[in-house]
Amino acid sequence: MIRQERMRVVKHKEIAHNIFEMTLIGQLVNDMKSPGQFVHIRVSDSYEPLLRRPISIASIDRDILQFTIIYRAEGRGTSILSQRSIGGEVDVLGPLGNGFPVHEASPGKTVVLVGGGIGVPPLYELSKKLVEKGVKPIHVLGFQTKDVVFYEEAFRELGETHIVTVDGTRGHKGFVTTVLGDLKPDFTTYFTCGPTAMLVAIENMYPDKKGFLSFEERMGCGLGACFACVCKTTDQTAVDYVKVCSDGPVFPAGVVQI
Amino acid sequence: MSRLTLELPGLSLKNPIMPASGCFGFGKEYAQLYDLSKLGAIMIKATTLETRMGNPTPRVAETSSGMLNAIGLQNPGLEKVISNELKWLEQYDVPIIANVAGTLTEDYVEVAKHISKSKNVYALELNISCPNVKCGGITFGTDATIAAELTAAVKAVSEVPVYVKLSPNVTDIGEIARAVEAAGADGITMINTLVGMRLDTRTGKPVIANGTGGLSGPAIKPVALRMVYEVSKQVSIPIIGMGGITTVDDVIDFMSAGASAVAVGTANFVDPFVCPTIIEQLPEKLDWLGLNHISELIGRSHR
Repeated sequence: MIRQERMRVVKHKEIAHNIFEMTLIGQLVNDMKSPGQFVHIRVSDSYEPLLRRPISIASIDRDILQFTIIYRAEGRGTSILSQRSIGGEVDVLGPLGNGFPVHEASPGKTVVLVGGGIGVPPLYELSKKLVEKGVKPIHVLGFQTKDVVFYEEAFRELGETHIVTVDGTRGHKGFVTTVLGDLKPDFTTYFTCGPTAMLVAIENMYPDKKGFLSFEERMGCGLGACFACVCKTTDQTAVDYVKVCSDGPVFPAGVVQI
Repeated sequence: MSRLTLELPGLSLKNPIMPASGCFGFGKEYAQLYDLSKLGAIMIKATTLETRMGNPTPRVAETSSGMLNAIGLQNPGLEKVISNELKWLEQYDVPIIANVAGTLTEDYVEVAKHISKSKNVYALELNISCPNVKCGGITFGTDATIAAELTAAVKAVSEVPVYVKLSPNVTDIGEIARAVEAAGADGITMINTLVGMRLDTRTGKPVIANGTGGLSGPAIKPVALRMVYEVSKQVSIPIIGMGGITTVDDVIDFMSAGASAVAVGTANFVDPFVCPTIIEQLPEKLDWLGLNHISELIGRSHR
């Protein structure tokens, strides 16, 4: 069930340069089904800015009705959100979309989780769920530079973790594909979220592996009604487009034309 | 609720609030949130003869108190709209206004002929004003003679009243309104979006893949209100007003300017419950204004 709820901020802090972690409490958490889903947040009660912001869910604690988002305060909307105080309220619509299929990974098997920048957060809840199930995750997390690296320890607690930065100031130097090329991990399934160029590179790197990719596209409604966030599919015979917000944001490898 | 009922050509409305075409899909997404039967009517997404893929992405961009869109009339085509979408909507006690779009006059006529036979379609909205498609759409809506000819052609085949959706992207919107009224239009819906643009400050290139998009949202309300005010003085057929309606006060304004009912568009994206919320707030607003019935609002500004 999708709800619109004014949720209370219980934690909010900057965890890396312009990267914020916000924890919210409310009934909406009861309906969060899978890692990789997102919420649509109204950052202002006025018309400025007008549209909601889609932000992925980084972790869920159903027992205490709390969930956490990690976002980059980059544009006007997220900068306004970053000013929100603990104890204040946020207008949240969600949970939205279909997340990562945890059932596609089998207990005892190894999977690879590849994240890039602000695509890393949804992989955290995914990893927690996989570990609970007895799956062994290998995390490869890419960032621009050391100042924007976050959750390194949190991921290490869940499994093997490799950090890579473009400028080499933290972890390996280069891209996630550089690390994966060196590691040559033996795995059954990959899950990835990040910039489109990274998704393309991962899909091309493992054409024969089962994989799941989380996409991002500019959204209007977040519900599937406005047709703003469509992507072409590779299947030209049946449904030849999908909506990132309601059909995704997670799709099996090979479904979306990238 | 009887204080909110209204009779328009083809439409017995429980209340004057309806989601605008293109901002509500075919209702399925919002049906997850509330009972669609609460609405006065639903203006469904534009339907074309064939499946339409629409424009490349990005298709939307935010602007000051508004948004630009260039979806490009993406829809599954006439056959699927009738057999899937309209069929599904039959479970709700709500009249449907089918938005008809096309490239050639023949397309409009074909879509209108068939879709107007659908059980729950009580009116057509002739889309001669979409700014985001290269052929058809706005090319029909910016010339009074062409707009009138198309209106007459569709009227000749439609089994339900025909409302014509006017473009604000013209020099004299009153001229187009008078022309479609003379051609037999049963009503007018106005306004469609204003052609606009946003550039990426870093690259200097348009944000929307189409280059330009249709501007909607609170930013366009003063323009829409002025146009409804002007056109309502020039035609005697009813107007369904739209353009930046976000609050119950906006509804009061549009009806005071001369609209007989209103459509809510972009505001659905900001607050998906905006339509039922406004409907709930209307009786209290009528009390505040000392009015017994919603119809007393219509054209107040002219009296």
